[in-house]
Amino acid sequence: MTPAIELVNVSKAYRRYTGRQFATLKSALLQRSILRDLQPSEVFPALRDVSFTVPKGSTYGVIGRNGSGKSTALKVVAGITKPTSGTVRVDGRISALIELGAGFHPEISGRENVFINGIMLGLTRREIEQRFDEIVEFAELQEFIDAPVKTYSSGMYMRLGFAVAIHVDPDVLLVDEVLAVGDEGFTHKCLDKFAEFRRRGKTILIVTHSLAVVERFCDQALWLDRGHPGATGDPRRVVDAYLTAVEKGEDQLLADTSEKAVAAESSRLQPTGAAAGDAASPQNMFQAVEGRWGSREVEITDVALIDPTGERSFVFHSGEPMSVRLRVRAPSPTDDFVFGVSLFNADGVCCYGTNTYLENLEPEQLTGEAEVGFSIENLDLVEGTYKLDVAVHKRDGYPYDYHRLLYTFRVKSRTHDVGIYRPRHRWTFSPGVRFKSADQQSGSDKKTHDRS
Amino acid sequence: MLANLAQLFRYRGLIQSLVVRELKARYRGSVLGFLWSFINPLLLLGVYWFIFTTILPNRTEGLQPYALFMLCGILPWTWFAASLTEASNSLIAGGNLIKKVLFPAEVLPIVSVLANMIHFLLPLPLVVALLVLFQRAPELPGLLWLPMVVLVQFVFTAGLALVLAALTVHFRDIRDILTNVLMLWFFSTPIIYFYKQPEITGSKLLIDLNPVAHLMISYQEILFLRGGFGHWKWLLALGVASIGVFLASYWLFDRLRDSYAEVV
Repeated sequence: MTPAIELVNVSKAYRRYTGRQFATLKSALLQRSILRDLQPSEVFPALRDVSFTVPKGSTYGVIGRNGSGKSTALKVVAGITKPTSGTVRVDGRISALIELGAGFHPEISGRENVFINGIMLGLTRREIEQRFDEIVEFAELQEFIDAPVKTYSSGMYMRLGFAVAIHVDPDVLLVDEVLAVGDEGFTHKCLDKFAEFRRRGKTILIVTHSLAVVERFCDQALWLDRGHPGATGDPRRVVDAYLTAVEKGEDQLLADTSEKAVAAESSRLQPTGAAAGDAASPQNMFQAVEGRWGSREVEITDVALIDPTGERSFVFHSGEPMSVRLRVRAPSPTDDFVFGVSLFNADGVCCYGTNTYLENLEPEQLTGEAEVGFSIENLDLVEGTYKLDVAVHKRDGYPYDYHRLLYTFRVKSRTHDVGIYRPRHRWTFSPGVRFKSADQQSGSDKKTHDRS
Repeated sequence: MLANLAQLFRYRGLIQSLVVRELKARYRGSVLGFLWSFINPLLLLGVYWFIFTTILPNRTEGLQPYALFMLCGILPWTWFAASLTEASNSLIAGGNLIKKVLFPAEVLPIVSVLANMIHFLLPLPLVVALLVLFQRAPELPGLLWLPMVVLVQFVFTAGLALVLAALTVHFRDIRDILTNVLMLWFFSTPIIYFYKQPEITGSKLLIDLNPVAHLMISYQEILFLRGGFGHWKWLLALGVASIGVFLASYWLFDRLRDSYAEVV
């Protein structure tokens, strides 16, 4: 059987015309550069040597970060743009849900727009007449179909566009991130429609950021990483590969921001160290203001977040170990010191805070260079971005070195539970309650970490 | 290129509905709606009548009423000029379609030309009626040539429209230049004056080389003047040239086709 869609070594380079902003026709003519200006001066590769095949009747997902070439891939398949090299073969009638309602004219009625849009998408007038009622019903616009489209809300506009496109009855349906067009009810209707397409043996190529949709609906998936195919095949594996890469990227990003925050604070607040008396007034713990202050009689020289493998990291998984390592320096020995650590979530709510004094550790002596570790056995927080406070101060609160909210890290989780804290928990059911076993369940639940 | 041209024929349904849409949208929201297609030329006639009988009377023998003579040229000129102005902007205005839908771009400038052609054709019976009213009824054998003149003008305008649309995508400056070029073109074409008027001292060559001049002279001879349609040789020559212009334009449009979706 011939595949529905086949891409072989497809590359697409977008041309960038640098300096063209200032090139006018006159200057182009004067300098006889009109043909040269129409040549690309720089080339941006959007797709690099991408090959994949979508068998007839299957659903294929394409994921990737913004700007990774997903939409370009879709446009190449749709024939809207031509690949720079490589071949694209599509078998059957295509309908592309790329821009819904592209080409609607605001001044004329929904009815007339349905006809024109349908013709643009390749239907004949008669075919549209046959499907007209169905289209209007699907779009839920019976009352408004004779009103000019400019009076529609954006939701109505999108629904009508979607309804027309889906009723083209294509053999191959290309979907670009359009599941978010309506309210909850409409989204369900769209998903039902896709399911119906699948049942009828149609091919669907879907580009989306919704990994759940890919895992639930797709038979195969492709991850595009800056135009390169990152991974292909089983959707679960592809999604995992993608998530791993995203984490790495985020890690780098958080590392950079933390570095910058510390650098900025350190340079700014150096002089106030002497006037530490002011800062000694204890700040409201729940008022989240970034900063660094203190006398620096004991100084925190480095703060590291350590993942279970012993590496510095900024991305952690919920439930896994995390430790905070402080390097401190006390130029002159002291016998009055307290180390403190607290965690804040993105809303500035303190999730947890403690210090050595609260935990009844009596200071005896601190000299020279030292290391302090704070190990969390299980980071039982829900997914989100968190900030870290570290401090060293006297028992009466006199600050040596306070680092307030300078360190950012992310907690990742495959479970989308809500709140702040995730207590270790387990569900129990009496025999009357039965759930499907993990194999029968949809993928997104299957891979979650054991929460018991 | 020929395959694409054939495809253009396949898209006639689309072109037709887009032209209808264009016409509907134009008067949507106005009280008089389609009547404006007739009222506008009448108002225009009124304006010229006022100017050329009261302010700057033109009493040239054989060209009376002068305002009506001018109208015979101004209406087709308006079709020509408005088509080019709209077509030059058509790809940019329809960028959404070109970028997001598999859509034959050449449809857009051609729709501009066709929509304006309808606007030209609608009041034409009214003009003929006015001519009859002022005892300048057109002669029948000449009138049979009228569809030919319209066809030649369509082919010629469509050719220019394609080139302008394609180049304006890359050089938006064309839109501004075009307005002024059209102004110059209007005054160097015998529309508000007659090409055989003795006051015209400009080179005859200038008129001979101006394709639009031949179209306008044809309209004037067929609709207004007496003595048969003597300009037909020029018209046929222009017809052949227009086909050449159209094919060359289409070739250029086709060559730049892949750039539209990226540059628009």
